[in-house]
Amino acid sequence: MNTLGILLTLSVLAAFSYYIGRKRSLALATPAKRGGNNLHSLPGYYGYLVAIWCGIPALIILLLWSVLSDSIITQMTLAHLPTELQNQSGDQVSLISNQIRNLVANGIETATDPAMKVAAEEYSRLQGISNMAKTVVVLVLAIIGFAIGMRFIKPTTRARNQVEHVIQYVMILCAAVAILTTVGIITSVLFESIRFFGQVPATDFLFGTHWSPQTAIRADQVGGSGSFGAIPLFVGTLLISAIALLIAVPLGLMSAIYLSEYASPFVRAYVKPALEILAGIPTVVYGFFAALTVAPFIRDVGAMIGLNVASESALAAGVVMGVMIIPFMSSLSDDVINAVPQAMRDGSYGMGATKSETIKQVVLPAALPGIVGAFLLAASRAIGETMIVVMAAGLSANLTVNPLEAVTTVTVQIVTLLTGDQEFDSAKTLAAFALGLALFVVTLILNILALQIVRKYREQYE
Amino acid sequence: MSTTITEKVRASLGKRYAREKRFRAYGFISIALSLMFLVLLMFNIFSKGLPAFSSTYIKLDVTLDAQTLGVTADATPEQLRTASYNSVVQKGVQALFPAVEERKQKKALKSLVSGDAQYELQRMVLADPKLIGTNQTVWVLADDDIDMFHKGYVDRTAPEADRRIKDFQLVWLDKLEAEGRIDSQFNTTFFTRGDSREPEQAGILSALMGSVYTMSLTLLFAFPLGVMAAIYLEEFAPKNNFWVDFIEVNINNLASVPSIIFGLLGLAVFIQIFGMPRSSPLVGSFVLTLMILPTIIIASRAALKSVPPSIREGALGIGASKTQSVFHHVVPLAMPGILTGTIIGMAHAVGESAPLLMVGMVAFIVDVPHGITDPATILPVQIYLWADSPERAFTERTSAAIIILLAFMILMNLLAIVLRKQFERRW
Repeated sequence: MNTLGILLTLSVLAAFSYYIGRKRSLALATPAKRGGNNLHSLPGYYGYLVAIWCGIPALIILLLWSVLSDSIITQMTLAHLPTELQNQSGDQVSLISNQIRNLVANGIETATDPAMKVAAEEYSRLQGISNMAKTVVVLVLAIIGFAIGMRFIKPTTRARNQVEHVIQYVMILCAAVAILTTVGIITSVLFESIRFFGQVPATDFLFGTHWSPQTAIRADQVGGSGSFGAIPLFVGTLLISAIALLIAVPLGLMSAIYLSEYASPFVRAYVKPALEILAGIPTVVYGFFAALTVAPFIRDVGAMIGLNVASESALAAGVVMGVMIIPFMSSLSDDVINAVPQAMRDGSYGMGATKSETIKQVVLPAALPGIVGAFLLAASRAIGETMIVVMAAGLSANLTVNPLEAVTTVTVQIVTLLTGDQEFDSAKTLAAFALGLALFVVTLILNILALQIVRKYREQYE
Repeated sequence: MSTTITEKVRASLGKRYAREKRFRAYGFISIALSLMFLVLLMFNIFSKGLPAFSSTYIKLDVTLDAQTLGVTADATPEQLRTASYNSVVQKGVQALFPAVEERKQKKALKSLVSGDAQYELQRMVLADPKLIGTNQTVWVLADDDIDMFHKGYVDRTAPEADRRIKDFQLVWLDKLEAEGRIDSQFNTTFFTRGDSREPEQAGILSALMGSVYTMSLTLLFAFPLGVMAAIYLEEFAPKNNFWVDFIEVNINNLASVPSIIFGLLGLAVFIQIFGMPRSSPLVGSFVLTLMILPTIIIASRAALKSVPPSIREGALGIGASKTQSVFHHVVPLAMPGILTGTIIGMAHAVGESAPLLMVGMVAFIVDVPHGITDPATILPVQIYLWADSPERAFTERTSAAIIILLAFMILMNLLAIVLRKQFERRW
């Protein structure tokens, strides 16, 4: 049976145990008139208790088995390989195990090397045994669990408390997924980056000005030394983000001011959601628009006034990205402007200030920390944005701040380095993780700063 | 003295009011610009994409005689499948213009119709082998260049070298038009096929099914996880506990981590360490689940928080346990808010593509995926792939796919709005 089949059987078994457990507990209970054998909990809780005993241990084993079995089987298969194949470097061994897996997936008959054929047969044999054993172990465990659970059905068992405890632990586990995700991100990105910096010095990466990640696959290949100076990428990212923020911050902020201070409730009720549509449009749509409409438009306009604009100019990507961030900026600013107490505005009006004077000299200074926070969040959004730049910005790493030329960004390079098939251990692939680390650290700092500023500011007026 | 101040103020009033008006105008212009961009974007996509919902067909008179097909009257289905439908189509096209002799022009003649034409005949014959030996009139798909011409994208006045349709082809097409042999019909191919290198045969079905698989799994994982986490953090978690605070900080930060980082996580952990199948909806949904969890948790917590304490106290007062009060009373009341948050998170996931590029869901997928571990692609990634293709016809199909994607997102957001309006309670 495959994992899905086992899961389905398991849930049927659990439902069945619930039903049996509930029935059994009801049968145990006798009305108070006849001796009064009262259950501690409602019958349903006894049912849940049996279902938990039946389902959860089996489920845990199933998960562990599914996750671990593949690497164990691979190890066992490799142990059976001829010795000359075994005594190879780690890269080679992982390559061989991949080949074996491919053979099993594509049909063993396609094998050319007899040793590989034997290994593939061994692998698929072990896989079959593992699957069989998994089915048996999990289902037996479920039945044992069911038997244990049934023994707990006594009027004195505090079934509700036990079930609630389990629920509580499950909830804690769910909440802990957030921690696990962060740990997963940090470890995966960090480990690969450390391996990358083992091959390429960190200073070369951080301060080098030449980026061409094409490493030679064979030693005798020409022109594939590969250099990993990330400065052009950082500059390109900053350039496009700066253009985006130059569009998004004024437009977003002024929109927020108009909506919160001037617009009638009617206008606000319709315009605010309309603006938020912009935030809901998938980024790939913006990318398509930038690449096929905005970029040619900018190039044509440039040609008309005698400027030589690259067809994948930073300007096009930046402008479209700016539009994408407008609603983000405006809704965050809107929140902080609304949080400024009305009394401060009234004080200013009382002194005879006009509305715009009040906004400029009272509301905005009071809301400034929040707006700075919004700005930082918008910046982190711009730096991490991927699809628009992948589709509309270039691939060549030019070190320039001219918005009319093509530049490339950190996210574009991550995507180009990691899409398509390649070995996992080459410096080229690992470089993507080093870029990811840089991206993660920068956006994390921006986010933490922004959240701190916003929180401080909130406390001030609450 | 006071008069001079009043006078000063009065004198400056005009300027100040002008400044006020200007400031207000800036705000108005900002909004107008943003909305104008939205309209421009929509107009651009729709004007490009709507024509893709129809495609051009050419009427052919073909003779399905056994000799041309290279089969006998009592052929097995296998023989019927491999019969030479290509030559039937070729003869059918040549019959339209018997005068054409030159080799190059003959080739051009053949490419009036799509490569799909022979498979169309194959499907017909396989469905009804009795057709062999008869004359049939069939509407077959036209080639994408012809399709573009028929939709009016080819400028007849341009120099011949700049056109994909040459002068002699123009003559043919005009003749076909005059005979009523060329026509636009609803583009069913677009909805019933997978990806293809030929624009006229490319469809979104495989990408759509990939999206459906990925999104269902994402919902299946993210909803229980997110809601359980939110309930714990809002209702049960001890206050001022280091770990609880740590979880909250993590959730807030994860909410603003760039999506591509989740893709890196998926590649390094799910694919490299756990050995899950690359390009599969399973891995994609894991990545998307982690990505939208913060959204769901934050929205669900807000919904739970808005349920007044009196509900909890009432339940506790009549003897419910803490867990019962939460699960029987608070959560059902918070459900509309929780669902709204989940739908918004899902709408975000439907349009997301960057992290899925990382886990390999960017393959060229012709077949419709049959399971959660089959290689698949999803709608936004299909859009990304098509956007890279130079053919004019692909641009049109990209826009059409975007229209479908936007329709899904609008539907989901509308659902969220309706839910909120219908069930929102003010306490």
